[in-house]
Amino acid sequence: MPTLVSHPDEVKVISRRFGQGAANIDKYIELDGYKAVQQAIAEGPEWIINTMKASGLRGRGGAGFPTGLKWSFVPKQSEKPKYVLVNGDESEPGTCKDHVIFREDPHAVIEGTMIAGLAIGSKLGFIYLRGEYRYLLKIVEKAVADAYARGFLGKNIFGTGVDFDIITQSGAGAYEVGEESALMESLEGKRGVPRIKPPFPAVVGLYGGPTVINNAETIANAPHILLMGGEAYAKLGTERNGGTRLFGISGHVERPGVYELPMGYSLRKAIYEVAGGIKDGKKLKAVVPGGASCPVLTADEIDVGLDFDQMAKAGTMLGSGGIVVLDDTVSIVEFALRTIAFYQHESCGWCIPCREGTDWIKKTLTRVYQGGGNKKDVDNVQYLAENMMGRTFCPLGDAAAMPTLGFVKKFRKEFEDYIEGHKAGTPIITVQQLVGAGH
Amino acid sequence: MSEVANTIFSPELAARFDHLVTIYPMRRSALVPMLLYAQDEVGYVSDAVVTEIAQRIGLLELDVRNVLSYYSMLRTKPAGKYNVQVCTNISCMLRGGYEILDHCKAKLGIGHKEVTKDGVFSLEEVECIGACCWAPAMQVNYDFHDNLTTIKVDEIIETYRAGQGKDVK
Ligand SMILES: Cc1cc2nc3c(=O)[nH]c(=O)nc-3n(C[C@H](O)[C@H](O)[C@H](O)COP(=O)(O)O)c2cc1C
Ligand code: SF4
Ligand code: FES
Repeated sequence: MPTLVSHPDEVKVISRRFGQGAANIDKYIELDGYKAVQQAIAEGPEWIINTMKASGLRGRGGAGFPTGLKWSFVPKQSEKPKYVLVNGDESEPGTCKDHVIFREDPHAVIEGTMIAGLAIGSKLGFIYLRGEYRYLLKIVEKAVADAYARGFLGKNIFGTGVDFDIITQSGAGAYEVGEESALMESLEGKRGVPRIKPPFPAVVGLYGGPTVINNAETIANAPHILLMGGEAYAKLGTERNGGTRLFGISGHVERPGVYELPMGYSLRKAIYEVAGGIKDGKKLKAVVPGGASCPVLTADEIDVGLDFDQMAKAGTMLGSGGIVVLDDTVSIVEFALRTIAFYQHESCGWCIPCREGTDWIKKTLTRVYQGGGNKKDVDNVQYLAENMMGRTFCPLGDAAAMPTLGFVKKFRKEFEDYIEGHKAGTPIITVQQLVGAGH
Repeated sequence: MSEVANTIFSPELAARFDHLVTIYPMRRSALVPMLLYAQDEVGYVSDAVVTEIAQRIGLLELDVRNVLSYYSMLRTKPAGKYNVQVCTNISCMLRGGYEILDHCKAKLGIGHKEVTKDGVFSLEEVECIGACCWAPAMQVNYDFHDNLTTIKVDEIIETYRAGQGKDVK
């Protein structure tokens, strides 16, 4: 059960209602709830999209695509119905922020879905939660039912002549389903494997209709942005990175938790001040800054601002905002193995570089970890990961390769020392032997 | 009134399914949640569940099995009454997730994906369950338990053993 934390440096926009019982519709309304959507109905799609563009909000699901722009890509005229799809699959290891939103402020997700629907001319939205979040699904289902009971959803919402419906949906366990096209497949009752792009979801999405798909945090930001104004929201963050975002800080810190910080906030301060520093007075070793797929930063690389551009410049990613902190007792070999084991488990198996690559990396690191490694293994792992990059249908292949490359490049010596220290006399296994000759 | 002769589900679940297939632009969209809800009631996705869901949606059984095999939460064998799922992914691992898993193994006397003889508990090592900031964490059925210590795990397991644990479905 999420324990709510807070820190004076937080700037509370999306977390403004946390801890106040806003899952209750009356409380939500009392705290300005359902005002933004009524304003959105009055002002119309162009105003909504312009406000979202002005806010500088970038998607909170990982890739950081500008939300206003995404919404503007949906064709105005369409023969097929248009849809809004809220991605609440939240399966990136290290990430648990949407969990808190669904629990503390489910109506913000509902209201945001309605706003996105108005912006693109859709009458039906879906809120898809991972199967494990059943208790949260119940909270969201209740919130949706309450909104229907008030006439906020359904036909003629708020007596304005506008119709909008929301369907809540449950997954059944598959990381890959968080990928947007795989999510649509899953929602259509199929195996959650990705679709080939183009066409992009904005043009051909769910049931073949134009679809906006956004992360739950992105969507939940929309009502706040409309209420405070796009420019005011943008000003909270940095250039090209508007606003604030929820960061989950986990691992070896004194006060792990989900905190709302302005975009561009110092990673060092997030770890040492907001999250109270390294647990038990130990030393920092490394940080995985935005969920498991983001390349690791070493202890001397944390003077960087938490926004999409600064993190990219630092050679890593802001990702899903899940900051995982490692103290100096952690074995990077073990940590890298645990990371790749996840991606190997979750590969949908469609493309060879991802299916075979994750498997070979895992097998190699397993052997290294078990003491049977050879120095050549570090090169092998790097070679395998490099050959996965950009060669797969969906970004899961990259998501597996990127952290692997980060670990072996930045901690090569540790891998080599580990192998040296665990000499077990196993013969050299070459890359050719590993991947099979002639492939 | 049920569209399909209901043989295995409770009247409540059957009614829910009757409704579920009507709300989507495409009936098939109900498949994944239906499999999950059926599993919650029956304990696993049995052959009979597959047959009936296929009929309710109007799919081939093969289609249903094809989807069923993709999702890790769906199982074709019974689990324990209380399915203990311990996360050992990165955030949990850093805060003792493996110790929690080992402790559960020892305490319950079973390994990964095994069921206790009395059928009360089953155990699984799982990937991140979205409770990273409250690590180490586990789920018992759909209940989250976090900031775990081995002492806390003992208490939780005893509560379930005594039939007093929450059992959210
Ligand atoms: C393998 C994989 C898993 C993903 N998992 C999630 C997820 O759990 N939640 C999420 O919002 N986005 C996830 N994404 C990103 C989505 O594909 C998509 O970019 C995002 O939902 C778009 O929303 P945004 O623009 O609001 O960020 C994942 C992407 C990949 C490649
Ligand atoms: S990259 Fe991996 S997960 Fe994505 S389509 Fe290929 S095999 Fe499937
Ligand atoms: S890593 Fe265990 S819940 Fe996320």
